[in-house]
Amino acid sequence: MRISVDTDRCVGAGQCVLSAPDVFDQDDLGIVMVLAEPADEPAREAARQAGVICPSQAITVGES
Amino acid sequence: MTTVDKCPVAFPLRQPGQSFPPPQYLQFREQQGLVSTTLPSGEHVWLVTRHEDVREVLTDPRISSNPSHPGFPRAAKTGGVPSQDEVPGWFVALDPPEHGRFRKTLIPEFTVRKVREMRPAIQQIVDERIDAMLAAGNTADLIADFALSVPSLVISTLLGVPHADRDFFETRTRVLVTLTSTDEQRQAASKALLRYLNRLIVIKQKRPGDDLISRLLADGTLGKQELSGVSMLLLIAGHETTANNIGLGVVTLLSHPQWIGDERAVEELLRYYSVADLVAFRVAVEDVEIGGQLIRAGEGIIPLVAAANHDGTVFERPDEFDPGRSARSHVAFGYGVHQCLGQNLVRVEMDIAYRTLFERIPTLELAVPVTDLPIKYDGVLYGLHSLPVRW
Repeated sequence: MRISVDTDRCVGAGQCVLSAPDVFDQDDLGIVMVLAEPADEPAREAARQAGVICPSQAITVGES
Repeated sequence: MTTVDKCPVAFPLRQPGQSFPPPQYLQFREQQGLVSTTLPSGEHVWLVTRHEDVREVLTDPRISSNPSHPGFPRAAKTGGVPSQDEVPGWFVALDPPEHGRFRKTLIPEFTVRKVREMRPAIQQIVDERIDAMLAAGNTADLIADFALSVPSLVISTLLGVPHADRDFFETRTRVLVTLTSTDEQRQAASKALLRYLNRLIVIKQKRPGDDLISRLLADGTLGKQELSGVSMLLLIAGHETTANNIGLGVVTLLSHPQWIGDERAVEELLRYYSVADLVAFRVAVEDVEIGGQLIRAGEGIIPLVAAANHDGTVFERPDEFDPGRSARSHVAFGYGVHQCLGQNLVRVEMDIAYRTLFERIPTLELAVPVTDLPIKYDGVLYGLHSLPVRW
């Protein structure tokens, strides 16, 4: 799984942090950052969900 | 592509005697294209009800949040928002890239971590409200005594607005969120709030506190006038919406006690009630096709988030309250760059409010039949006027 984030698009809603706290965090300015690649299937599923619900479509989750 | 409906539906659809969400939403989602309606002002707008279509409307750059565009649905009687010209800093009425400057300045204050740090302060406010209710007897109006007072105290603490001025700003806010308010009443309320916040900002300049307004003053990114508008927006958005959510949630949890204390209940309540169904107003600034419907430049659009959140293609058995489902893809806070800035604060407030209320008053019950609860049919936001309870 490849996760990329577009920090320019991010609007700091924090939904990714709620969905996949092991994968995403917000920096001091509230902007998305990737903490770690998901370690297992539940974390991968959570990361996918974060990608789907991100309001600014700032998260891209690639399966390769 | 469908043409304009010959018989526009009535607006708003939420009417006395009907179930919630309005049963027509189901019919609208299933019909082709979009639904045309006429606002009390006579303006024609498109209603958007499918989850996918609502998300598209809220992210398409050809669709604007700026009321200064011709055709923006701005009839006062439907809760039209002020424009940036009327209230500088009213950034919900701005599109990217102008919107970004305000949003970026504010998001550090509302991150998941920042809001978590507010938990002890919120817990204290919730406990004090319950202490006051218990001290006053064995009945209460849970809206006035708890559901409204908690978020009102939380947002005023965060902003640095004196608690003593609650009655002033709650009263003015109520005018702004009542569908039947006149333009004059609305303008007077909005001016009074702005004047008040202008004065407060002058005071904070002289005597800064540990609060958001003082921090934004020190930061300097926003001008003083903009800061008044931003503060007004946060103050209004910060208490009325949360109050409705807390009140409705208590009613639902009383009949589904197995979900009390489970944080999934919060997300499902947000989806289920979608109190801000009539908040996101938009206008097309170019021709755009949504859900197979051509929307012409200059036509107004209202994405109905309660309809989207009850879309059976996204949420199974959508009209059932089931915190066990995955409700996270709801659009109760909107979608796109304007998605609610305070959403994490709302979640924490609801969570603490329910946990503490039912733990400290385990015998809490409704003091009237659930069918007698006064629903805000005249409100921009869905909710209850009052909630009589006893213990």
